[in-house]
Order: sequence, then structure tokens, then C-alpha cells
Amino acid sequence: MKKRVKQSVKDKRNNLNGFLFALPWIIGFLCFSIYPLASSLYYSFTSFSPVSDPVWIGMKNFQNIFQDPLVVKSLKNTLFMSFISTPLNLLCALCLALICARQQKAKGVVRTIYFLPSVIPMVAGTMVWIWMFDPTYGIINSVLAKLGIRGPAWLLDPKTTRWSLVMMGLWHVGTAMLVIMNAVQEVSSSYYEAAKIDGANVFDLFFHITIPGIAHVIVYQAILNLINSFQYFQQVYIIVRASSGNAIGLASGGPANSILMYPLYIFHNAFVYMDMGKASAMAWLLFLVVAAMTVIMIKVTKRVTEGMGGE
Amino acid sequence: MKTIQYYQRKKRVLRLLRGSMVFLLCVIFITPFIVMISTSFRTNSDAFTKPVSLLPRVWTLDNFPAAMKVIPYWKYMGNTLLITALSIIGNLLSTPMVAYSLAKIKWRGASIISGLLMATMMIPYSVTMIPLYKVYSALHLTNTYVPLILPTFFGSSYFIIIMRQFMTGISDSLLDAAKIDGANEFQRYLRIVLPLCKPAMTTVAIYAFMNAWSDYLAPMIYITKTEKLTLSLGLQQFMGEYSTDWARLMAAALIFVIPVVVFYIIFQRNFVQGVSTSGLKA
Repeated sequence: MKKRVKQSVKDKRNNLNGFLFALPWIIGFLCFSIYPLASSLYYSFTSFSPVSDPVWIGMKNFQNIFQDPLVVKSLKNTLFMSFISTPLNLLCALCLALICARQQKAKGVVRTIYFLPSVIPMVAGTMVWIWMFDPTYGIINSVLAKLGIRGPAWLLDPKTTRWSLVMMGLWHVGTAMLVIMNAVQEVSSSYYEAAKIDGANVFDLFFHITIPGIAHVIVYQAILNLINSFQYFQQVYIIVRASSGNAIGLASGGPANSILMYPLYIFHNAFVYMDMGKASAMAWLLFLVVAAMTVIMIKVTKRVTEGMGGE
Repeated sequence: MKTIQYYQRKKRVLRLLRGSMVFLLCVIFITPFIVMISTSFRTNSDAFTKPVSLLPRVWTLDNFPAAMKVIPYWKYMGNTLLITALSIIGNLLSTPMVAYSLAKIKWRGASIISGLLMATMMIPYSVTMIPLYKVYSALHLTNTYVPLILPTFFGSSYFIIIMRQFMTGISDSLLDAAKIDGANEFQRYLRIVLPLCKPAMTTVAIYAFMNAWSDYLAPMIYITKTEKLTLSLGLQQFMGEYSTDWARLMAAALIFVIPVVVFYIIFQRNFVQGVSTSGLKA
């Protein structure tokens, strides 16, 4: 009896201490996550601008969204990034990781170079790419010309704008590559030795040891990159603002709105058209999709990990 | 008959193939950096001369002083440094405290908060930006650095995950010994755990530096006054409607990027640690 009392006093003290130490995060969570989420939901049923108070208008924002052709357009553009750019990126990350995992010479230098694009500021990186994409004076088209290919207008032609973004994205492949490479190196070499003795060839080794060994990391990266692709914003904003001569008031989605991404359109609605109610409604739909994806990510990652024997 | 020499030769050819592929990819990855550097050392008319050359035909240093005049460069650098310094301080104060609560105190909330950390990282910025903008503008805090710095004092989920991972590795026996000597929770945190966390603190500081230095979205929303802009927004001012002075822009961008590259090369191990702990980038 006495012991239990003592135990519960200790528990209470731990609970208090734990709470106090975590207090900064708890306050931050309430102020910077919960409050904005809740009020954003409320705003999505209202009409308001930065200077006026919200007025309740019911479902009207949502009706507007589904009738707005630009919403459809921006959704299509975003889905292009999700289902073309993201898988390509992951595939490249996987290939690079497999190549580099066995690389012995200048290992550190190689890793530094592949990861460098992912650490430099997005603005600087994007601007260099805008310059390299220049149809007449850019380096990409001049290299293509040397190979006898007439390069396209890249960021100026609605047919190639999104592919330009795909190329830009591949430059940032370093993060995923690094994570996959770590996973590859963690697969125990004793498995390979044992399989080799059993007469397995390179393909056996790859499909029956390497791939199962890194599957959980790949699934995790795939879903994470998919989630990130729904939020693809900064690069297109920088490109669009550069091409519109830095005019802040101008809402543009690139040539023929070909790179108007969903988050960019949210931003335009909120801060250019000043229709913050509609922007909130759009943002909430995005949140629902991302939340669902996150739940799937956690579940799938767990299942894949358990399927591997709970690594 | 396949001899040992055959296999050795095959192996050597494969290794050579892989090596040259790795090298070729390195060249492709590094090209944008070379373009940035070479453009900043050439005249603007050289940059707009056909045929395009990778290296400047005439080398010049004029772009650097000229770029400083297009935008108030040193003023923007000062603003950026101020924001960066304050957000490093904020993160270093808040991150280890919260991580300590999750890693070293056995209490009911720890598992709940650990589960929520990842979830909060997934909340799209587009959702939170409108309500937060409204609050900050109602409090007359737009065009100040408060919206950019304040959140760092409440701990970023990403940093907390890295720090928690590190603290879990610290042995409990030290803490138990200190407990017997009568040290309370805060003393144990401050005197024992914190000094042991230096490597993780470095990682957090480096990432906080990178994030604040490169931050684009938040300053773009909250800062509109020209004299208060940061470097990342200042670069945008080089973009003209009809033509852009690429030589000067690249010179300005180069100086903006150099500190990041230097820090990255010095603290590369911390970067790799951050990425491999969480499986993602800050």
C-alpha cells in the first residue's frame, strides 16, 4: 500500500516535470498548428479579405472551387508532379544509391556533390536553373545544339514547362538517395555471402536480398515525396515571379497557366485576389488529402516493417 | 574455360564502368554551380553572346560591387543575419528541453507528443499561413521579424525528432546517480544531459542556420517594406520584366550561397546524421 502511494507520487512528479519540459512545444502546437487548422476550417465557410472580417456564407466557397476551371487546371498540374516527377525522382534516387553504395574511390566527395544541391537555398538554385533554361543563351540548349539537337524553349513553352520542373527536381535527388544508400549499406553482408555460396547470381541478390532489405525505406520515401509533391510551391512561385518581371500584384501561372500548381493558386487567391475564404477552403481540401496520405504512410510503413520480421 | 583472369578482368571492367558513370553524374550535378560561378565573373554582354561558352571569355570582378548597388546588399545581409542568429538561439533553447521530456522522463504525454511530432510536420503551409497572417496583421506584427522568429522558440518537430533520438542513446545510469545525489530534474537536464548533447546541438544549430538563411516563404508573406527584406527576397529584385542582369544576379547569388556551402562542407557529418535519423530533410 505504502509502495503504491510512493509510486503514484513519483508518477505525478514525472507527469508534471514531463509536461513542464514539453510545454514550449505544447504551446507552439496549440498556437501554430491547432489554432490555424481550426480557424482555417471556419474561414473556409466565410468570405473575407485581409482588411475585412469574415462573413458566414456556408458552402459557397466549395461550390466556387469545383466550378473554377483554374482549380481543375492547377490540380492537373499538381498531379503531373505527383505521378510523373515523383516516381522518376525516386527511381533516380534508387539507381544513384545503388551505384554509390558500392563506390569506394572518393566516396565522401561523391556524396558531397550529390547532396549539395539539396542544401543550397532554393531561390539561388531555382534562379540558376532559370538562367540555364534560357532558350538562346542558356547552357542546356547550347549543349543540345552541339549534339545536333534543337532544344525547346523550356520555361517559356507551355509544352515543356512541367518537364523543366521535372529536370529541376532531379537535381534535388540527393536527400532520397542518401536515405536509400544508408539502407542499402545496412543490409547485412552475411546475407550476400550466404546466397553467393548457394549459387545466387547478381539478379537473385538484388531482387531477393537488396530490394526486400530496403523496401520499407523506399515505401516511406515514396509516400513522403508524394505528400511533398502536393505542396510543390516555392520553385514555381520563384519562376512565375521572375517571368512576370517581379510584379508582386500579378497572379500568373506561367505560360498558359502550365505551371499553376494547386498551392500556388491558393496563394494567388489569398494574397493577390484577396479572397481568403476561398483560399482557406482550397487549403483545407489539400489538408484532408495530405492527412489521409500521412495516415496511409504510417500504416504502410508499419506493415512493411512488420512483414520484414519487425526490423 | 573461364579462368580466374577472366573474372578479374570482368570485375575490373565493371568497376571502371561504374566509376565513369559516377563521375559523369558528378559533372551533371555540379554544372549549375559552375554556371553560377562563371556567370558572376563575366560581363553581362559576354553572357548574352553567341556561341555560349561555359567559362568567361573575359574575366571581371565588376559584378560584385555592382550587385551591391542594385539592392542594399549589406543591409539585407544584416537583416538575414539577425533573423538567422535569433532563430538559432530560439531552436537551441526549445529543442533540447522538449526532447528531454520525450526521451528521459517517463510520463504519459511522451508517447502522445512523439506521435504528433511527425503529424505536425505534415500540415501544409498553405493551411496555416492564412490564419497566422491574420493574427500577425491584427497584432501589427507584419513587417517585423516576429512572425519569422517566434515559432523557433517553441521547438520545431524536425529538430526535436533528431534530438530525441540522440538523447535516447544517453545512458540512464548517469542520471540515476545524479538523482541519488539529490539533483532535481532541471539540474539533471542542465548539468548532465545538455553537455552530452553537444553533437546534436551542433546539428540543430546548423540546420536552423540553413533554414533561416534560405527561408523564402515566410519573409515573402510578412515582409513588404523594402528596407526590411532578407537576401533571399532581395535576389528577386534583380529580375526585370524584359531583361535580367544575369551576371550581377549570379554574383549576388554566389555570395548568398557561399556561407551555406562552406558550412555544409565543414559540418557534412551533421547533415548526414540529420537526414538519416529522420529520413527527410528539414
